[in-house]
Amino acid sequence: MATHFVVEGLKATIEGKEILKGIDIEIKGGEIHAIMGPNGTGKSTLASALMGHPKYEVTDGKVSLDGEDVLEMAVDERARAGLFLAMQYPSEIAGVTNSDFLRSAINARRGEGNEVSLIKFIRQMEGKMKELEMNPEFAHRYLNEGFSGGEKKRNEILQMLLLDPKIVVLDEIDSGLDIDALRIVANGVNAMRSEERGFLIITHYQRLLNYITPDYVHVMMQGRIVKSGGPELAERLERDGYDWVKEELGIVDETVGQEA
Amino acid sequence: MTTQTVLPVEPDTLQSISVSNGEPAWLTESRVNALRLAAELDLPKLEKTKIDRWDLSNFGTIRTERPALTQQLPEGIASFVDLKEDSNLIVQHNSTAVYTTLSAELAAKGVIFTDLETAVREHEDLVKSYLHTLVKPEENRLTALHAALWNGGVFLYVPKNVEVDIPLQSIFLIDDATASFAPHVLIVAEANSRVTYVDNYISGQYDGKVVHNGAAEVFVKAGAKVQFASVHNLNEQTTDLINRRSVVDNDASIEWIVGEMNAGDAVSETLSVLQGNGSLSDAKVIAVGSGSQKLNYTTKAVHFGKSSDSQMITRAVMREQATAIINGITKIEKGATKANGEQTEKVLMLSPKARGDANPILLIDEDDVKAGHAASVGQVNQEQIYYLMSRGISREQAERLIIYGFLAPVVSDIPLEQLQQQLQGLVERKLGQ
Repeated sequence: MATHFVVEGLKATIEGKEILKGIDIEIKGGEIHAIMGPNGTGKSTLASALMGHPKYEVTDGKVSLDGEDVLEMAVDERARAGLFLAMQYPSEIAGVTNSDFLRSAINARRGEGNEVSLIKFIRQMEGKMKELEMNPEFAHRYLNEGFSGGEKKRNEILQMLLLDPKIVVLDEIDSGLDIDALRIVANGVNAMRSEERGFLIITHYQRLLNYITPDYVHVMMQGRIVKSGGPELAERLERDGYDWVKEELGIVDETVGQEA
Repeated sequence: MTTQTVLPVEPDTLQSISVSNGEPAWLTESRVNALRLAAELDLPKLEKTKIDRWDLSNFGTIRTERPALTQQLPEGIASFVDLKEDSNLIVQHNSTAVYTTLSAELAAKGVIFTDLETAVREHEDLVKSYLHTLVKPEENRLTALHAALWNGGVFLYVPKNVEVDIPLQSIFLIDDATASFAPHVLIVAEANSRVTYVDNYISGQYDGKVVHNGAAEVFVKAGAKVQFASVHNLNEQTTDLINRRSVVDNDASIEWIVGEMNAGDAVSETLSVLQGNGSLSDAKVIAVGSGSQKLNYTTKAVHFGKSSDSQMITRAVMREQATAIINGITKIEKGATKANGEQTEKVLMLSPKARGDANPILLIDEDDVKAGHAASVGQVNQEQIYYLMSRGISREQAERLIIYGFLAPVVSDIPLEQLQQQLQGLVERKLGQ
């Protein structure tokens, strides 16, 4: 069955403050959607709420992946169902090596009795690390500990490549990346494009979209998607900024949940 | 206020038992004097642990005669030993050594490895000059009681320039709650020798309470190198009290690897006296507490020697209602110039009712030194759990990874693979996984 991810009327709060005020988005396998918008408009909250971060409470709406109710699932179940979030700020975990972590994650996905053999795993991991131009030493380093910002982002992409998800959410994957790293990350994403997989790319800047061409672009303000279009929308935002959108829609303060 | 101490045995009785066991007069006298001291001395004062409220009355019944070595391994210890032709092993069962073996090769080099009671008879002068000189009976009631009542034990002597490649092992097993269980470990590593010693304290099932009141004294002579690994895995009914101490001469080193895996209350001290110039001490302790355990673990280094160096790491995981007081004490005496002492104590609490207290203490009387400490007490980080779960890893498995990750800096540094695996297994069991 082709991948089908549907978000309907999603509302979410953090510490009682409503950040998402009804998000609708539909992603089919093979599609790349970009969510753009200034800081503080709820983009990262959307990513976290979809993954099930415990700090965010979903108060209304529905999320389904291939007909299954995502909001009913625990975080790990969402991941095993095929949802992947490349995080803006990945955790550092001392004492757990990157390769032990990756193997645990792959095996969790594959299920008991169907674990990947060590040799096959190492071959896969090393192959993907090479594609991402990662130093092989990173396999044996503790998970994200002491990684630079760019190294952490590459490590997120490495996980994406190895876990073979159905829906990939990239939360500001481009922040803190120099141009070479950006190209490598984009190549990783492009290599993963397929009819079975959908992408939701959350970004502040258009520059990532120079490397990954989205099918749909959505602008987020005040916790809602206020405008949608094709790749040309991203280009206009890059050229003209967000003010024209605000003007067009009569928005004065685009942020959400941030009391002055 | 000194409370009236009820002695576990009368001095006259202790004297006649010692004599009838054929112990030399100095030892009989040492035991009886220590017992008299026990009646007068107070319990040790511990940081934040009220040991005076503990039930420390069950020292067991002192054995009246000394049975011969049976050379039979008691049941239940098979998983701890891997007996080969060249094994070096001592097994103490309750109050008595039952099995000792030393490879012919090491014996030929002059290595002595036998139970301490035998050593008293066969190597009297050697034992006499070291016994109770590091853990002294006059310190407190518990050290006095230990000196009065010790039994079985280990004597390891490594002559000058002898390097022993394979670890020497001992096992202390208690499975009788009425037995007196107080092994004493005495190790002398002569100049430029090298040896690794590993011991396990284990218990079978029994009703009734037991106090294990033990001691280890390690003498590391100039240029010698001793690795001392100890895993305590005593059951819930057993209170474990142990002083592990070493004195380290010029350019000598001691490495402590300690696994505190008991199920009952415990107090331990692991001390290195860095007497010599250029002496080194490295102490690694991992501890897991569960149930309603009360634990007090101290690592300590006292620097006298110039350019002496001490490293101490303790990592403790506390679950359920366990309480741990973790003390790290670095003491640098006047004159110990260029000394360096580093210590880290970290406690990870897995439940809201678990308690942990990490106390780094630096006592420095010399200006020209370096010393550092780090301590932390915390819960499992929920962001980390979320991150791992977001990759499909279950909550249980995520917690497990984080706990092992927490212990990894100590466990992965353990130089003996078998011990590393054993500790890993014990940690798993203690964590109920």
